[in-house]
Amino acid sequence: MTSELDIFVGNTTLIDEDVYRLWLDGYSVSDAVALRVRSGILEQTGATAAVLQSDTMDHYRTFHMLERLLHAPPKLLHQLIFQIPPSRQALLIERYYAFDEAFVREVLGKKLSKGTKKDLDDISTKTGITLKSCRRQFDNFKRVFKVVEEMRGSLVDNIQQHFLLSDRLARDYAAIVFFANNRFETGKKKLQYLSFGDFAFCAELMIQNWTLGAVDSQVDDMDVDLDKEFLQDLKELKMLVADKDLLDLHKSLVCTALRGKLGVFSEMEANFKNLSRGLVNVAAKLTHNKDVRDLFVDLVEKFVEPCRSDHWPLNDVRLFLNQYSASVHSLDGFRHQALWDRYMGTLRGCLLRLYHD
Amino acid sequence: MPGKLKVKIVAGRHLPVMDRASDLTDAFVEVKFGNTTFKTDVYLKSLNPQWNSEWFKFEVDDEDLQDEPLQITVLDHDTYSANDAIGKVYIDIDPLLYSEAATVISGWFPIYDTIHGIRGEINVVVKVDLFNDLNRFRQSSCGVKFFCTTSIPKCYRAVIIHGFVEELVVNEDPEYQWIDRIRTPRASNEARQRLISLMSGELQRKIGLKVLEMRGNAVVGYLQCFDLEGESGLVVRAIGTACTLDKLSSPAAFLPACNSPSKEMKEIPFNEDPNPNTHSSGPSTPLKNQTYSFSPSKSYSRQSSSSDTDLSLTPKTGMGSGSAGKEGGPFKALLRQQTQSALEQREFPFFTLTAFPPGFLVHVGGVVSARSVKLLDRIHNPAFVGIMGNTRSYKLLDWNSFNSDEPETRDAWWAEIRQEIKSHAKALGCHAVVGYSESTSICEEVCILSASGTAAVLNPRFLQDGTVEGCLEQRLEENLPAGCGFCHIPYDELNMPFPAHLTYCYNCRKQKVPDVLFTTIDLPIDATVIGKGCLIQARLCRLKKKAQAEANATAISNLLPFMEYEVHTQLMNKLKLKGMNALFGLRIQITVGENMLMGLASATGVYLAALPTPGGIQIAGKTPNDGSYEQHISHMQKKINDTIAKNKELYEINPPEVSEEIIGSPIPEPRQRSRLLRSQSESSDEVTELDLSHGKKDAFVLEIDDTDAMEDVHSLLTDVPPPSGFYSCNTEIMPGINNWTSEIQMFTSVRVIRLSSLNLTNQALNKNFNDLCENLLKSLYFKLRSMIPCCLCHVNFTVSLPEDELIQVTVTAVAITFDKNQALQTTKTHVEKSLQRASTDNEELLQFPLELCSDSLPSHPFPPAKEHLESASSNSGIPAAQRATSVDYSSFADRCSSWIELIKLKAQTIRRGSIKTTVTVEKASPMGEGNFRNRSAPPCANSTVGVVKMTPLSFIPGAKITKYLGIINMFFIRETTSLREEGGVSGFLHAFIAEVFAMVRAHVAALGGNAVVSYIMKQCVFMENPNKNQAQCLINVSGDAVVFVRESELEVVSTQQPTANCQPSCTGGEVTT
Repeated sequence: MTSELDIFVGNTTLIDEDVYRLWLDGYSVSDAVALRVRSGILEQTGATAAVLQSDTMDHYRTFHMLERLLHAPPKLLHQLIFQIPPSRQALLIERYYAFDEAFVREVLGKKLSKGTKKDLDDISTKTGITLKSCRRQFDNFKRVFKVVEEMRGSLVDNIQQHFLLSDRLARDYAAIVFFANNRFETGKKKLQYLSFGDFAFCAELMIQNWTLGAVDSQVDDMDVDLDKEFLQDLKELKMLVADKDLLDLHKSLVCTALRGKLGVFSEMEANFKNLSRGLVNVAAKLTHNKDVRDLFVDLVEKFVEPCRSDHWPLNDVRLFLNQYSASVHSLDGFRHQALWDRYMGTLRGCLLRLYHD
Repeated sequence: MPGKLKVKIVAGRHLPVMDRASDLTDAFVEVKFGNTTFKTDVYLKSLNPQWNSEWFKFEVDDEDLQDEPLQITVLDHDTYSANDAIGKVYIDIDPLLYSEAATVISGWFPIYDTIHGIRGEINVVVKVDLFNDLNRFRQSSCGVKFFCTTSIPKCYRAVIIHGFVEELVVNEDPEYQWIDRIRTPRASNEARQRLISLMSGELQRKIGLKVLEMRGNAVVGYLQCFDLEGESGLVVRAIGTACTLDKLSSPAAFLPACNSPSKEMKEIPFNEDPNPNTHSSGPSTPLKNQTYSFSPSKSYSRQSSSSDTDLSLTPKTGMGSGSAGKEGGPFKALLRQQTQSALEQREFPFFTLTAFPPGFLVHVGGVVSARSVKLLDRIHNPAFVGIMGNTRSYKLLDWNSFNSDEPETRDAWWAEIRQEIKSHAKALGCHAVVGYSESTSICEEVCILSASGTAAVLNPRFLQDGTVEGCLEQRLEENLPAGCGFCHIPYDELNMPFPAHLTYCYNCRKQKVPDVLFTTIDLPIDATVIGKGCLIQARLCRLKKKAQAEANATAISNLLPFMEYEVHTQLMNKLKLKGMNALFGLRIQITVGENMLMGLASATGVYLAALPTPGGIQIAGKTPNDGSYEQHISHMQKKINDTIAKNKELYEINPPEVSEEIIGSPIPEPRQRSRLLRSQSESSDEVTELDLSHGKKDAFVLEIDDTDAMEDVHSLLTDVPPPSGFYSCNTEIMPGINNWTSEIQMFTSVRVIRLSSLNLTNQALNKNFNDLCENLLKSLYFKLRSMIPCCLCHVNFTVSLPEDELIQVTVTAVAITFDKNQALQTTKTHVEKSLQRASTDNEELLQFPLELCSDSLPSHPFPPAKEHLESASSNSGIPAAQRATSVDYSSFADRCSSWIELIKLKAQTIRRGSIKTTVTVEKASPMGEGNFRNRSAPPCANSTVGVVKMTPLSFIPGAKITKYLGIINMFFIRETTSLREEGGVSGFLHAFIAEVFAMVRAHVAALGGNAVVSYIMKQCVFMENPNKNQAQCLINVSGDAVVFVRESELEVVSTQQPTANCQPSCTGGEVTT
C-alpha cells in the first residue's frame, strides 16, 4: 500500500510555525521529519511517523505555493487563494525575509550578482547553513535590492512599503542594500570581529548623512548612493594634516582639553598625529571608488587597531573623538567647518561602534 | 417576464504576463450572456488594468436568467495572431432573482482557466432590473428560494412542509462527443463546465415550477448531483423538500404564499412553456442547447394530481383560502386521519430534511434503504432480467430509448427505488421517510443507484398548516414526551416487521422502544442523551472478478446483500463496543470498482436515555477442548470488556443508576423472544432472510470459528479513539457538547492509495482500507491539534475507486472549538438533571393512570435551564407541573422560530446543544465570542480581502445568520499536462482545491455575504496519467451563502450593517497598508 496522493486543504490555511522554520532553514522533507521526531512531538501527541511525514509534506507544499506570493508580499495580502489571518500573514513575511547573521556577514558588501550566487555552496559549507536557505536569503537580498535600488524616497520606507517588513527588518535590509550598492569590503580578516549589527549601524548613519538624500529628498537613488560632491569636497580636509601649523594647533587644543581626563593621555599625545593623519586621509581618499570600498578596512587599520594596541578604554576613545572633532571649530585658519561636521559626525559614531574586541 | 441584466467591468489585478517581450499584458474582457456578447476596450500594457466600462445591458427572459450563467472572459489582445484567453469567470445570477436575497453582485472574482488555474482577479458589478413589480415577481418561478440546508433555515419559519420534489436532466457529455477529438482540452473542459452550469440552472428552474405548483415558495435540503456516465451521457439530478417559508424578521409582512396563489398569476410567468402543468411525456421545454430533458413526466403528473386530491380532502388549504387554519378544534381527530392518509396517498412522502421543527417528528421506525444495479448500455436490449427479486434487480436498458417514448429512463429507475423505499417504510408502520438521500456509484457501464432514509411518523399538522398555534395544540393533544417520543416504535408490537427486542421506554416508561435505533437524521434537539457521541464507521472491501456487462452486474448484485450484512454487523459491534445504543446520521456508501466493491458506513453513535443499556459483546469459540485457544478467547473477551468500560468513561456514559432501579421493577420482563434486535429494516427481502439477528443470545455473540471472524474482532479493537481533547461526529452537532466557541476550520482532505496488485485477498484489502481511513483520521487530529479542545463535526467520507488498484478517500468536515470548563459544568448539571428526572419519573409513576394533563412535565427532561434555575431560586415552592406549559412554550419558540427578537437571542444559544443550561447561555456570549470576534470578524481591518467562513453545518457557532443570499452551486474542471512541474498529483489537487475554496469565497463575498453554510463537496473526481504527465479533476460544490452577525455584536450593531461591512472594500485595488 503506497500513498499516491495525500493532501489537506483548510478554508483557513494552516501554518505550523515550527515546520515553517524548518522549511525556511532549507531542510528536505525527510530531514524535517527527523528533526521533528527528535523534538519529541510524537510523544506529546501520540502521532506516528507516517502522520508526521504526511503533515510535513502538506505544510511544505503549502509553503511552496505561498513562496511565489512571498516574493511580492503585497500580493499575499490581496490574493484570494489562501485565506490567512493578517497576523499570520505578517509572520510569514517577516520570517521569510529574516536572515542568518552568519550568512549576511559573508555576503554583505558583495555584488548581488550571478557570480556571488555561484559561491553560495562555499558559503553554505563554511556557515553550516543549507544551500537552499542560502539561496533564499541571497535571492531576498537581491529582490529587495532590485526593487528599491532606483526608487526615490526613503530607503527604509520604500522597503517597508514594498515588502511589508517590520521596521527593524526594513532597516537591516536598507543596510544590506546600501552595502551592496557601495560594495564596502567587509570580508577581510581584520573585519571579522565586526558583526552585521555594527555594519548596519554604520550604514544607517552614512545613509542619514552622507547620501544624496541627506541634502535633497527628491532625487532618485537618494539613499543608496553616496553624495559624490560631498566626497569630492572631503579633499579639502587634507589641510588639517598637510598644514603643519594647523595640525600642531589641533593637537594642542585636544591635549589641553583632555589633560587629566584620559587614562591613556600619553599614548594619545604620542599618537595624535598618526591618528589624525589616518582619519583625514581616509576622508581625502573617498573620491576613488576603490577607496570607498575599503572604508572599513582603513578605519580599522588607521584608528581602531592603533588604539586597541594601546588598550584605550572605550570611554577614552569617545572623549578623544568628541574633543578631536569639536576642536576643529576653534581652528581659525580652517574654513570647512560644515564639511568637517558632516564627515566627522558620522565617522565618530561609526568608530565608536567599531571599537570593540 | 423579461428582465434587464446589467454588467460593469471595473478592473483587473494580478494578471499573468502574456507578452514575454514587455512582461506585460494587453487585456480586454468579453461579457457574454445567452447569445449576446459585449467587449471592453483593450487596456494596453498593464497587469492591473482599469477598464471601468460602461454598463453592458442584456435584455432577457427570466427563463434564461435562471438557466444561463453570466460568462466573463478575459483575453490578451494580439494584433497579429489570435487573442489568447487568460481565463473565465462564470457568475450564477440566480441570487439576484429573489426579492429577499442579494440585490447586487459586486467584487473581485478569481479569473479561472481550466489549464492554468487562477490567473489574477477581476472586479465586476452585476445587477438585474425586472420589468414588473416585486409582488408579481414573487409568484414567478424564479422567486422560489433554494437552500442546501437540511433543516428549516434559521431566519425562517416553516408554514407548510409540502414534501418531496425531484427532477432530472440528461445530456450528452461533451467530453465524449466526436468534436472532442479535434478541439483543445481547454475548449472541451469549458464546454463541459458551461453545459453543467446550464443544466443546473434548468434543473433548478424546473424544480421551482414544481414547488410553485405545490404552492410552496422554497426548497429546503436541495441536493443536486451529477452522474458522469461516460459514453452514455451526463445526468444532473436533484431532490429537495418543498416548503412554504415565512421570513421571521417580519412575521406579519406577508402571509404564506399559499394565501392567494391565483392560477392566472401563476401561469403568466411561464407561458413560454408550452404546457406547464401537463408535462406530457418527452422533452418538456423547448429544446435549447441540445439539452434533453427527462422530466419524470409520468410520475410527476401523478404526484401533482394526488397532491391535488390532498388539498381537496382537507378543509384547510382547499380553495386557496390561505392560512385559515385556526378553527381546528373539533375537527382535529378527523383532520389528522385525513392528512395522514393524504400523506400516504402522496407518491413519495419523502423529506430530505434531517432536522425538524419541534413536534414534527412523532416516531422514528429505523433506516430504510434500497439499492439497484443498472447497466448503462447502449445496445438496444430492453429485456428485463430479474435476478434478485424486485430490489437487487438490474435491467438492460436501451439508453437511446429517450428518443422514443420508451418509459425506461433514469426516471423510471429512481421511481422504482423510491417506490421500494416507500414500501419499506410502510412495513415499519411509518407513513413517511425523513433524512432521505439518493446517490450513485458508476464504474464503466455498471451503475449502482442507492437511496436511503429514515422511516418516520410525522405530525400531519405541518404538512398542511404548520402554524405554531397549530403544533402547540397538536402537541398538547398528542401529549408526547419530548425527550423520548421519537424513539417509541411506530409499528405494531405484535406484528413486527423484523425480530426486535422491545422494552418500555426508559424515559416515560409508557411506550415500547427498540433496544437499538439507527437513523439517517440528526439527533432531534429535544432528545435526551447521556454522555457524548462519537463517530462510528464500518469499512469493508470485497474483491470481485472483472467482468463485462451483464455478468458484472450479476456479480455485483450477488455481492451487495453480503456487504450490507457485514457493514451492519460491524456497525452494531462497534456501537456496542462504545457502550451506546443509537446511531444518527447513518450514511452507507457502496462504491463499485473494476475489481472490487467498497462499503463505508459512517454514523454518530450516542446513548439515548430512552433506550435500554446495550448488552456487551461475547466471544465464543467453536473449537472445544483446546486450552490455549480457550485462553486466547478469554483474553480477547477481557480486552473487549476493557474497551467497553474505557469507552464508557471516555464518552461519559453513565446512565443514572437510580432510574434503572426504579424502572427495573415495573417493566415487564423482556419479551419472550430474547433475540438480538435489529431496528434497521434491510432494503431487501433477501437480507431479512439472512437473519441478521446473530443467534439467539441476549448479549451480542461473536463466534470466532474462522480467520474472518478473528479479523473482525481484531479490527474492532484496532479502532483507536481520538486523542484526548478531540471528539468527532458526522451529524450537525455533537451530542453532549453545547458550549461551542467561535473558532471554526473547515477542511477537505484527500488520500489516494495504490494497492499492491499481487494476490490481493479480502482480508488484506480490508486492512488496507481500514488503515487508510484510520490514518486519515489520525492525520486530521494531528493537524488540528492546536484547536484542542475541539470537535470534528459533519465528518463526511467519500470513497471512490478511480482505477484498478487505486482507492480514493475524500473527507470534508469542520473542526469547532469548545470550552472545556463549561463542558465539565454541563455534565455535572446534566447528571443532576437526570437524577431529577428520575425522581420525577418516580413521582409520575404513582399517579400514572390519573394524570393525563400534567404529563407534559416529564415530557421535557431538559426545560431551558434559565427558567429552571430561576424558579429554583425564587419560587422553588411552586410545583413544577404548573410551569410546564410556559417552559414548553419558550423552548418551542426558538426552534419553531416564530418568536420575536428577544426570545430568539436566547434561543440561538440554546439551540446549539441538546442540553440546556444557563451556564452556557451566559458564558458563551461574552467570553468565547468576545475574544475571537476581534480577530476573525472585522473583514476589512487591514487586509483588503474579507474573511469568508465555510462550514458544512447549517449554523455558525456563536453567531446568528441574518440573511440567506442564495444558493452556491459551482462546478469546476482542472486539467494539466505538466503534472510533475505542478508538484505531482498532490501539488495539483492541493492547488485546485484551494482554488475552488477561493472561488466559492469570492462569490459569497461578491453577494455581500461572509459565510457559506451547509457547504458540501459533492463530487471530487480525480484522474491521472503520470506516464503522460497529465491529470484531470472535476469538483462540484454547493452551499448557502449567508450573512452572519456575531451574537456579541447583535446588541450593538443593527442587522443591516454587517452586510455593508463585508463588502470587499477594495474596488480600487489600492493597498491600504
